[in-house]
Amino acid sequence: MKKQTVDSKPAGPKPWYDPRVRSLFFQVVAIAAVFWAGWTLVENTLSNMESRGISTGFGFLEETAGFGIIMSLVPYDATMSYGRTFWVGLTNTLLVSVMGIIAATLLGFLIGVARLSSNWLVAKVSLFYIEVIRNIPLLLQIFFWYFAVLGALPSPRQSIEVGGTMFLNNRGLYVPEPLTQDGFGLVWGALLVAIAAVVCIRIWAKKRQLATGQIFPTFKVGVAILVLLPVLAYFVAGSPLEWEVPALKGFNFGGGITIIPELAALWLALSLYTASFIAEIVRSGILSVSKGQTEASKALGLSNGLTLRLVVIPQAMRVIIPPLTSQYLNLAKNSSLATAIGYPDLVAVFMGTTLNQTGQAVEVVAITMAVYLTISLSISLFMNIYNRAVAIKER
Amino acid sequence: MTESTMKPPKKALTPVKWMREHLFSTWYNALLTVVVGYLVVTSVGPILNWALFDADFLGADASDCSGAGACWLFIDQRLNFFIYGFYPDELQWRVDLMFLLLAVAFVPQFIERFPARKWFGIFGMTGLPVIGYFLIPGGLFGLEAVESTKWGGLMLTLILAYIGILASLPIGILLALGRRSEMPIIRGLSVVFIEVWRAVPLITVLFMASVMLPLFLPEGMNFEKLMRALIGITLWQSAYMAEVIRGGLQAIPRGQYEAADALGLGYWRKMGLVVLPQALKLVIPGIVNTFIALFKDTTLVLIIGLFDVLGTVQSTVTDPAWQNVAVEGYVFVAFCFWIFCFGISRYSQNLERKLDTGHKT
Repeated sequence: MKKQTVDSKPAGPKPWYDPRVRSLFFQVVAIAAVFWAGWTLVENTLSNMESRGISTGFGFLEETAGFGIIMSLVPYDATMSYGRTFWVGLTNTLLVSVMGIIAATLLGFLIGVARLSSNWLVAKVSLFYIEVIRNIPLLLQIFFWYFAVLGALPSPRQSIEVGGTMFLNNRGLYVPEPLTQDGFGLVWGALLVAIAAVVCIRIWAKKRQLATGQIFPTFKVGVAILVLLPVLAYFVAGSPLEWEVPALKGFNFGGGITIIPELAALWLALSLYTASFIAEIVRSGILSVSKGQTEASKALGLSNGLTLRLVVIPQAMRVIIPPLTSQYLNLAKNSSLATAIGYPDLVAVFMGTTLNQTGQAVEVVAITMAVYLTISLSISLFMNIYNRAVAIKER
Repeated sequence: MTESTMKPPKKALTPVKWMREHLFSTWYNALLTVVVGYLVVTSVGPILNWALFDADFLGADASDCSGAGACWLFIDQRLNFFIYGFYPDELQWRVDLMFLLLAVAFVPQFIERFPARKWFGIFGMTGLPVIGYFLIPGGLFGLEAVESTKWGGLMLTLILAYIGILASLPIGILLALGRRSEMPIIRGLSVVFIEVWRAVPLITVLFMASVMLPLFLPEGMNFEKLMRALIGITLWQSAYMAEVIRGGLQAIPRGQYEAADALGLGYWRKMGLVVLPQALKLVIPGIVNTFIALFKDTTLVLIIGLFDVLGTVQSTVTDPAWQNVAVEGYVFVAFCFWIFCFGISRYSQNLERKLDTGHKT
């Protein structure tokens, strides 16, 4: 019998059975496949673009656009460049997204709480709202508001008047525009001082509460300071504010601020639709806080308001924040439906008109997608930071 | 439950007591009830009048509508277009047959005690698409060919949603596995793919599919518009699907993976026989919710010029022969979507309750 040598290594697996070799092999294959696919795409695209006579590069951003846009937050006219149309579209997208997020959050929290109300009627009305709105496509709701509701408003000459200063017709809502005069800087200054004062009071009140246990009415005093100081400054400076009231000139109104029906319809539809989802998130968040928590805080002698503010809401927020983030992301992405009714957002202006005029699909689509990627990533980042602040702190 | 265990006694409430408890418990609740009740009563009346009592249901053309209420006649007259698009009248039996098969496959899923309902579901996922592939476009077995440009209406909406979800499921599974893979490059590629598709709106994806896809492909190779839209929808949807499935994979305890390893199963057997069956069962509600979202999002194809059910209605309400029928048209589409989405979401909630074994912490 052959004597086994003690120091002989156990026979390793064959190379093609070795997990490390396998994983290396698969990854090399994956990289090669991606590179090959990418290279083929670029090759195809370049040859296709050459045969169709489409130029490449970002030079088109400097060229004159030559088309008008019905609404822009940054100064714009048809003589400006395609690069400028990008900024107009981007600011319009951001405007409607921010407006939508604010309105949807307020309405969603309201309905979510109402859904849990002890009042039977209020709870059922909220349930009805949620179940109807969230099961109907957003695009349909945008069409409904734009074509069926706002489109049915009277023409400018028969405008609906509100107090002689606001006018509503099928071209939009016209509201007076505040024009700041000399000396208005004093009001801004007063506002800054008020904010600083409130922050200081808050820090001081917290310190005092920790030291003595006495509670200072920070909220009431803070609101009073924030309102009174700027109002005082306003009158001291001699009321430096004038209102430009819109007036009928020819076929339409001039002056004041115009809220175009496209913006109104998109904003309404986005807010109402997203609110129905947020309401469900809020409801499940509040329900996730166990009843023992409420009972414990009652046993500690906290009032209803304090129980809600110090015990229930902070714990509910932990459950609410992550899905709320994805609703905000959805809202920002859904704002691109603007293109269906002609609200000049990024997709409508840049990926629509600019792309059609220049034909440079690859560059335009790449820029647009990069913008949405940036918006999405920044909302997630911001909400992640907030989430970390409210997340459970385990020791 | 044994018969000896008793349920708590039922609270017997008279209507007055019930109202006092649920509507007028405090002064602000009473005020709220009055205000909300007033708003509900004043809005329900006119809506009912418009939709039912003053509405016109019968007639031949626009002149038969009085204009006092809804003109449902309009829907009645154009129903064929809203359901089949431009599909030729004499060939519509094929679409009807598909609708019927769809109902046969999925109605049993809503009935708890239906015999062998699992097999009906499996038929819906495998046999139905194959039959549809031959039946709807035609061109084989002596069936007259119908170009995809003639498809439209509710039929197109269902086709888009159904194929979108079916095709995205396997890609989603692969991406989810890739994202949880131990190979850094595979994981990185999956993460980038998923996050990029999830970050961009569907409308840009559809634009890209309709404008840029022809640029990407070698010359001479081209798809029709519907196919391009389907490719875009599927890729976009598979990223969402991947995230849903990843949730299921993460919910499976480590012991299951380790037990499979200990049995000497390779990667694909471990996943296919042990992990995925459990994970997929867990995320069925999530998959159904994704399906509802996709179903609503299919309306976006009208922006790139396909006539789904909203597209057909939108193109008809501007018809000068009919005046002011926009609301009727939108209500009709809303009703179509609402029935589907509400029904499916109820189904998914039921399923969630049934799958919830109570072991969750």
